[in-house]
Amino acid sequence: MSPSPFDLTSLLGYAPATDDAYLSVVSQGPGRKIATSLGLPAPVALRRHDPDTPAVPGPVLVLGAGSGTTTTPGSDPDADALAQHLLTRGFEVHRHGDGLRRVGAVVLCLTGLTELGGLSAPALELGGLLRSLAPGGRVITISRPADGVAAGGAASLPTAADDPAAGTAAGGAPFDVVDRNAARQGVVGFLRSVAQEMRGGATANGILVADGVAATAPSVLGGLDFLLSGRSAFVDGQFLVVGSDAGPEGLATAPQGETPLDQRVVVVTGAARGIGEQIARLLHAQGARVVPVDVPAAGQPLSELANQLGTASLPLDVTAPDAGTRILEHCKTRYGRIDGIVHNAGITRDKMLANMDESRFASVLAVNTEAPLRITRQLLADPAADGLRVVGLASTSGIAGNRGQTNYAASKAGIVGMVAALAPVLAERGGTANAVAPGFIETEMTAKIPMARRQVARRLNSLQQGGLPLDVAEAIAFLLSDAAAGISGQTLRVCGQNLVGA
Amino acid sequence: MSSEPTIQPASDPTAPRQLRSAWVVAGNRTPFARAGGPYASTSVQEMFTAALDGLVARTGIAGERLGAVAGGAVLKQPKAFNLVRESVLGSALDPQTPGIDVQQACATGMETTSLIANKIRCGQIDAGVAGGVDSASDAPIVVGEGLRKVLLQLNRAKTPKDKLKALAKLRPGDLAPVAPGVAEPRTGLSMGEHQALTTAQWGITRQAQDEIAANSHHNLAAAWDSGFFDDLVTPFRGLTKDNNLRPDTSVEKLGGLSPVFGKNLETDPTMTAGNSTPLTDGASAILLATAEWAEEHNLPKLAEIVDAETAAVDFVDGNEGLLMAPAYAAPRLLARNGLKLQDIDLVEIHEAFASTVLTILAAWEDADFCKVNLGLDEPVGVLDRSRLNVRGSSLAAGHPFAATGTRVVATLSKELKARAVAENRPVTGLISVCAAGGQGAVALLRAYPES
Ligand SMILES: NC(=O)c1ccc[n+]([C@@H]2O[C@H](COP(=O)([O-])OP(=O)(O)OC[C@H]3O[C@@H](n4cnc5c(N)ncnc54)[C@H](O)[C@@H]3O)[C@@H](O)[C@H]2O)c1
Repeated sequence: MSPSPFDLTSLLGYAPATDDAYLSVVSQGPGRKIATSLGLPAPVALRRHDPDTPAVPGPVLVLGAGSGTTTTPGSDPDADALAQHLLTRGFEVHRHGDGLRRVGAVVLCLTGLTELGGLSAPALELGGLLRSLAPGGRVITISRPADGVAAGGAASLPTAADDPAAGTAAGGAPFDVVDRNAARQGVVGFLRSVAQEMRGGATANGILVADGVAATAPSVLGGLDFLLSGRSAFVDGQFLVVGSDAGPEGLATAPQGETPLDQRVVVVTGAARGIGEQIARLLHAQGARVVPVDVPAAGQPLSELANQLGTASLPLDVTAPDAGTRILEHCKTRYGRIDGIVHNAGITRDKMLANMDESRFASVLAVNTEAPLRITRQLLADPAADGLRVVGLASTSGIAGNRGQTNYAASKAGIVGMVAALAPVLAERGGTANAVAPGFIETEMTAKIPMARRQVARRLNSLQQGGLPLDVAEAIAFLLSDAAAGISGQTLRVCGQNLVGA
Repeated sequence: MSSEPTIQPASDPTAPRQLRSAWVVAGNRTPFARAGGPYASTSVQEMFTAALDGLVARTGIAGERLGAVAGGAVLKQPKAFNLVRESVLGSALDPQTPGIDVQQACATGMETTSLIANKIRCGQIDAGVAGGVDSASDAPIVVGEGLRKVLLQLNRAKTPKDKLKALAKLRPGDLAPVAPGVAEPRTGLSMGEHQALTTAQWGITRQAQDEIAANSHHNLAAAWDSGFFDDLVTPFRGLTKDNNLRPDTSVEKLGGLSPVFGKNLETDPTMTAGNSTPLTDGASAILLATAEWAEEHNLPKLAEIVDAETAAVDFVDGNEGLLMAPAYAAPRLLARNGLKLQDIDLVEIHEAFASTVLTILAAWEDADFCKVNLGLDEPVGVLDRSRLNVRGSSLAAGHPFAATGTRVVATLSKELKARAVAENRPVTGLISVCAAGGQGAVALLRAYPES
């Protein structure tokens, strides 16, 4: 019996649901009323990708900068172009919200913003629409990154001074650039606050398009597809940073299909269970030839997974000095190539720093950071790694810090640094490096957290629930796909907008 | 799962067939466990299925139809008559893969290797699995002869009266279960007592036996530590390593154990629990294929199964030791292939007992034995001990009877390949496995530097 390619439950090996009993009680019916009246968190089941339902739960509204309700076609070329691309995708696209009782998504094109005041009109127009936003709806801003401000752990971007267009926009007066920069960063604060006001499993995210890159670059459109869809269910309050025009032309007319990773050879470390297992299953469902790696001691579940995916397992400790060489050799002999690697294997050894010992600190760094560094270095020594897509697993702990996790946070912040510096190295060879920083994800790892702490931890985000391993896997699959060719050096948080550390 | 068409037209059915080479392309086993341990409640079928699934995962051939899987168990419940086929049906292989049950005591794994290799060589199949499994924990318990007769009669009885009559014949002694025979049926002696006779006959010292045992543990431990078994073993039931392994044992520590066999002989007893294999549970399997099949599947050709030979000795009336058959089989095999013992780069002699290894080696060094028993003008000669059981053997790993053969084939194939590549020359290995009934199976393997 072979699963139909779109039967998610059988492909993923589990029904995408959590064991979160509170969520299943309060997400509907009387439980929900009680929770709301008591002021308790009222999480709802998130909208996740399903190829048989529309990518967006209603019409898509495209608003331009500085034009408010008077948005008319022609006044904002970027907004027009984006609206056109969304139309070709078969969405019902509107340019103003009048008369719309239900909206699936609002795309706010703010690329032309030159001063913060210009944000008022579109912001207020969005405000008027929020009550009409469907459950699982989306708000997405498209704007330019502010100079000198790292967005969500982003690497530094091309400066305005490097950008010939900046001179025209600023009219030669240096202070205009300052105004513009304030406006651009203003969008970030605005969007992150909107995200916190969303209800019904709706999310708000942004795309920052580097100066010099078209507002309709392939990865802007690919990013838009990802953020609009249920694949980004647990991504909230975040920005995708598009730094180049790279990516397939085809995205101009249609999103990438259900199998964007067709025939790609992708290594997933730590694949025997948890997030890594879901990554392996999803990449396989998207067409990839997955090479699942885990420690030899996890050989039994790893074998089961490999046999279900019809692939060959590679039992290997990622901390072995020759791990990268062995991975490379395996991929070259089995498939003649390697296209991507997901450094997912990770461990925690929590202790307050005052009680920390050498082995706890060192082992966490060894598995979480030193192994990905060494393996990537060994892979890149071979021409077969040209075009390699690297995805690291960071963590919100590595961004915001976390009590009792000095070792883990250091190791995960290390991954943020690693991908930022790898990006230019890989760019020369046609590859990308990015990281995903999960927040609270329902896995065996987090199931070990004591009950009360776990209940609090999983509510501490805008979506008031823990994410699923699938949510992390979706973000990783996106970053491995050609749609993300123009995104590199970035760390994307999949955390439901974790309130700890913005 | 839809299967490929099973009929492949021959390009020229009239062309004379040539023998093809059969290659070991991968191996996998469960960690071996002392009887009564982690696999105590596991059936041989579950264990063999696990060994198959690990092999399939390692090679990425889930859903493939193979020409055959041959395996077997020495201790087998009657209900497991189709053990191998049932295991295949429960595995990730295409259910259209046939299964063959084979049994030749401790040489079962050697015979399954030979069987599958020969099918490949003859052009009957392109790829197949050889293996073996045993569980001393899950051994079949048989009812006594008295109870068996009563039960059969009871079964035939038609009327209640006849049934009562049958039951009336039952005596209390009939109810005691009979454990599977560990003694040779024709001599009534256990294997250990038999080997004690041979040990005494060849004058093998306690010290020499304990050295073999200590080496076995040290070599196996080093192999585990270096990750050698990462792609040869898949954990099972929470066990990740052979649990009989004692990395820190030594000749001194082993010297402290009391003898268990040969205590009624005139000579001092020398065989202890430390230099004899324990009862063990476990399963192993290897994947064999033609060069073309291996290349199509991007799998390495680790080693070629060059040739194999099985000998049997008359241990009942003929005055030869029960476990001495390999001493006959190996020289025959070497002669047939134009080789001398000294041409062999690596030798694996299954350590049923440390003294089995030593009596075989002693026989080969003995001019008389070689002349009288083998008809050789020159003795087979001295084996350079640095070539012997370099990755440990049964004293350390344990010995689940039918699983030992393919454990050794897998281990040796990987080691031969590594050396062939490192030394850039063909490297040859010899395996010897002794078995109950006075039998012994040997095989010749060769690896080449090119992939
Ligand atoms: N669960 C969460 O909420 C969460 C949050 C943030 C980040 N993460 C990160 O996501 C990744 C996966 O987490 P998870 O929750 O699935 O963890 P998990 O413990 O369930 O799975 C981790 C896997 O990695 C394997 N592994 C560990 N050390 C290894 C080594 N040296 N070599 C090879 N494999 C090794 C383990 O055997 C295991 O199968 C980790 O990097 C983790 O730090 C998880």
